[in-house]
Amino acid sequence: MKRLFGFLSIFIIIFTIPLVFSGCGSKKPKDKKIIIWHWMNDRKDALENLASQYKNLTGLTVEFKLFSPPDIYSQKVIAAARSGNLPDIFGILGEKKTMSSFIKANHVLDLTPYMEENDKSWENSFYPQALEVNRFRKNNSYAIEEGIYGVPIDLTVMEFVYNKDIFTKAGLDPESPPETFEEFLSYAKTIKETLGINGFICGWGEGWLINALAVEWAINLMGEDKFIQTIEGKVPYTDKQWVEVFSMFLKMEHSGILADNITSMINKESEDLFSRGKAAFSFNGSWAVNVYKQLAPDLNYKFFPLPKISDNYPVKIWGGAGSSFMLHKFSKNKNDAVDFLKWITSNNQQNFLSKETNNLPSIKNCQEGLPEVLIDIVDVLDSLTHPNIWPINENSRVLEAFNSGLQQITMGLKTPAEVCAEIQKIKERVSTK
Amino acid sequence: MNDYRTKDKVINFAFVFPALLIFSIFYLYPFFYSFILSLHRSDGIFTYDFVGLAHFRDIFQDKAWWRSLYNGGYITFWALTFQNILAFSLALGVDRAIKTGKIYRVIFFILPVLSEIIIGLLMRTILLSEPGILNQWLDKIGFGFMIQDWLGKEHVLLTTSLVHCWKGFGWAFIILLAGLQTIPEQLYEAARIDGANYIQRFSKITLPLLMPVVSMVIVLTLLGTMQAFAMILALTRGSGRLTEVPVMIIYNHLRGNQVGLACAEGIILGFILVLISFSMFAFSKWVKEKS
Amino acid sequence: MIIKPKKLIGLILLHTFLISVALSCICPLFWMINASFKTNEEFRNDYGLELAHEFNGDNYKRAIFDGGLGTYFLNSVFYTFITVFFIVIFSSLAAFAFSRLQFPGKNIIFFIFLTAMMIPLPAGFVPVYILLNKLHLANRIGYVMAMTNMGLSLSIYLLKTFFDQLPRDLEDAARIDGCSKLRIWWHVGMPLVAPALAVVIIVNSLTVWNEFVLASLMFTNAKLMPVQVGLMEFYNKNVIDHTLLMASLAIAALPIVTIYIIMQKHIIKGITAGAMVG
Repeated sequence: MKRLFGFLSIFIIIFTIPLVFSGCGSKKPKDKKIIIWHWMNDRKDALENLASQYKNLTGLTVEFKLFSPPDIYSQKVIAAARSGNLPDIFGILGEKKTMSSFIKANHVLDLTPYMEENDKSWENSFYPQALEVNRFRKNNSYAIEEGIYGVPIDLTVMEFVYNKDIFTKAGLDPESPPETFEEFLSYAKTIKETLGINGFICGWGEGWLINALAVEWAINLMGEDKFIQTIEGKVPYTDKQWVEVFSMFLKMEHSGILADNITSMINKESEDLFSRGKAAFSFNGSWAVNVYKQLAPDLNYKFFPLPKISDNYPVKIWGGAGSSFMLHKFSKNKNDAVDFLKWITSNNQQNFLSKETNNLPSIKNCQEGLPEVLIDIVDVLDSLTHPNIWPINENSRVLEAFNSGLQQITMGLKTPAEVCAEIQKIKERVSTK
Repeated sequence: MNDYRTKDKVINFAFVFPALLIFSIFYLYPFFYSFILSLHRSDGIFTYDFVGLAHFRDIFQDKAWWRSLYNGGYITFWALTFQNILAFSLALGVDRAIKTGKIYRVIFFILPVLSEIIIGLLMRTILLSEPGILNQWLDKIGFGFMIQDWLGKEHVLLTTSLVHCWKGFGWAFIILLAGLQTIPEQLYEAARIDGANYIQRFSKITLPLLMPVVSMVIVLTLLGTMQAFAMILALTRGSGRLTEVPVMIIYNHLRGNQVGLACAEGIILGFILVLISFSMFAFSKWVKEKS
Repeated sequence: MIIKPKKLIGLILLHTFLISVALSCICPLFWMINASFKTNEEFRNDYGLELAHEFNGDNYKRAIFDGGLGTYFLNSVFYTFITVFFIVIFSSLAAFAFSRLQFPGKNIIFFIFLTAMMIPLPAGFVPVYILLNKLHLANRIGYVMAMTNMGLSLSIYLLKTFFDQLPRDLEDAARIDGCSKLRIWWHVGMPLVAPALAVVIIVNSLTVWNEFVLASLMFTNAKLMPVQVGLMEFYNKNVIDHTLLMASLAIAALPIVTIYIIMQKHIIKGITAGAMVG
């Protein structure tokens, strides 16, 4: 009998181990201390450095806790929110809908009063679009009370990038990237024909990458208002201008500049291929600076804005959503935490961060620390667009059809008109529910 | 005495308890849980809203879903015909080649032992037109006319099917061979003495006796191929819907936090598979009774 | 013995067929290993189609130490070992009880296990993944438990059929008290079903080692990834470096192929038995 109990207790131990592990929540510190949870593995050292600077300056301890990779971090934050164990400061990853869920569940502090202190001096220091990511406007579609719920600490933008060395080899001027879509096509064609190198590469196996480009062109052609109206269901996807946007991808396919299997490629693959000079152009985020640096330190490349397809509307760049920090609504150290966030988003600290981590700063007039390739991007930071700053977001089923439709056009399987009709059909189907 | 018996029963039950506990947590509970989830839409975080059968209605109107079933069906078609016929003829051949049979058996079963990811990534490297290993090799041995973009849009589904068959035939081969070897040699001897030729022996002895094994292989091929996923992910990543199979859609929806939808799709696929395999069993039973 | 010409032609045709299929299985694997010993410069010239001049282990070193494949590999060994250990213990206990002991609900429980083996639960990974997340078990322990479940039904069935064949003397076990039953299970039962245990161990090791879907959902942390998930990551990060990729595939394939060739008799027996049951 004793043995039986022994062997039963082994099972009990096996099954309780996980409970013990998951029970390791954050313990209440005795001294006043601000705890920040983050996921930014690449910025760990820089952030900890800032924390120790802050300690010297004010005597207040700030502790950064890293949970990496992002998925693990997300789970951690969600679990902590459910059990009421959120730290003073944390970030929320994912779509704006995710953020709205946290706000609805009463976990996030509205920062508007702090932002508006002293004639909105804090609010005005940011790039408006960077702040817009964390802002909920009046009567927003998420039914969240108007306010600013987070502090952006950096920016990410999606831009075109080209390999200067390949330009030189093909007899093109390495300092003048194409400005229009036609120029872009002809440059890429020249390179393909003279050097046999792929004109354009991108991780279009990942739907959002092809989506971002289509959105940039759509806004360039029809303006942001009409674009938003499409999401609202007031303009159909079968609109002439939408078909035109989609046909840009067909033109790219016809011109033969696309890398083979571009629609089965993921971003990491395309970054690898681009960094090794296998393609002249790519479309990638500003994080690529860090990636290319690791993959090929000598890569001679440059970012440039979207090659425009029309002069109707100014070009808007997909971006704005960098990393943001939120404050726990019931944190005991609210004011200290706000002070720290103010400090970290002031000029010196932003310079330090962008220098150390190659990220774009979230505040205006702050370029000293930037690596050279990123300085060109700063010009476009006033004209950003991103799903997180639109008043309404597209249904995920429609997005799915949108992205895979673009992939199919790129493979020459469907015409733009067919794809537009299909998307519209799904749009009507989901909106009747 | 009665007390002793109860204690006895409890102790006996304790033997099954750990297995039953794990099984309940990871099979029974998820099984029913997925039905519940399929009726809800989740924000992925805090709330689940009841939406009734909305997901199912959505799926039935979803072209992408039917397309994925078609793709799965296409690959299954090749697996049922090409793969199984190849496996069957190899099994017949090896069954006759007694001395060298063991070596063949070992070689044919290497591929099923390797993981789907290894096979998928290896074949991706070989088949992609850059660097184009297969094409280079074809060129070298004088089959230059066969060179093509194997994973390009025209061929990608067929290529995927063939790679799937190539990876899987060894498994069908082993089972069919085991089935063949259970047929007693005396039956053949007797038939030979009666003057039956090879074809007669095959159709009168081999085929009828092997029928249960064959129908089992068919069902298992069906179930296995319709649920194939990892190899296709590694080989083509779906190729803009061209090789997207049902499980891939489910996997992607789960990753995109559309849990309810993913569950509903899983249920529909499961239902289809159960239906097919039961009708297969019924069919083979019917054939058996008729003959 | 003289072979008739007709028969000889038949034999030649048969072996040509068998050999060509066999070559199609081996050649890609051989190419993979050959290419893994080359430098990228050599590879660019001959596409790995010519024999490597020397066994250059550089790619292996890079894959294992710089690429983290060593970690993935050890993780897989860990998951496989622990999972198979649990499966063996739990399923043999259960099978022993189903075969030799009496308790209420025995037949129903066994029937449920059997049905689970038959009814496909495609995308069963969806609810399991949600459940693990809900229980905060999206970690090593959760993965091992979920994988243990995957092997249980079949193993219990296989072992039960074996226990059933054991001599009836063991029936007495039912009348002895608890710890002796445990002793009989361990000292008498287990050694006698050793052949079936070998099958259980091998079949489940293969399943766990080759599992991808659930692991890819659960482990986003490179430190915890098993080798199959790690391979996908590694491939995406090094697409151009073909020889390195082939080395990484070879690392993941070699142990399985080696174990397979050594134990092919058991493996083939196991797979056949497993399939026949279904």
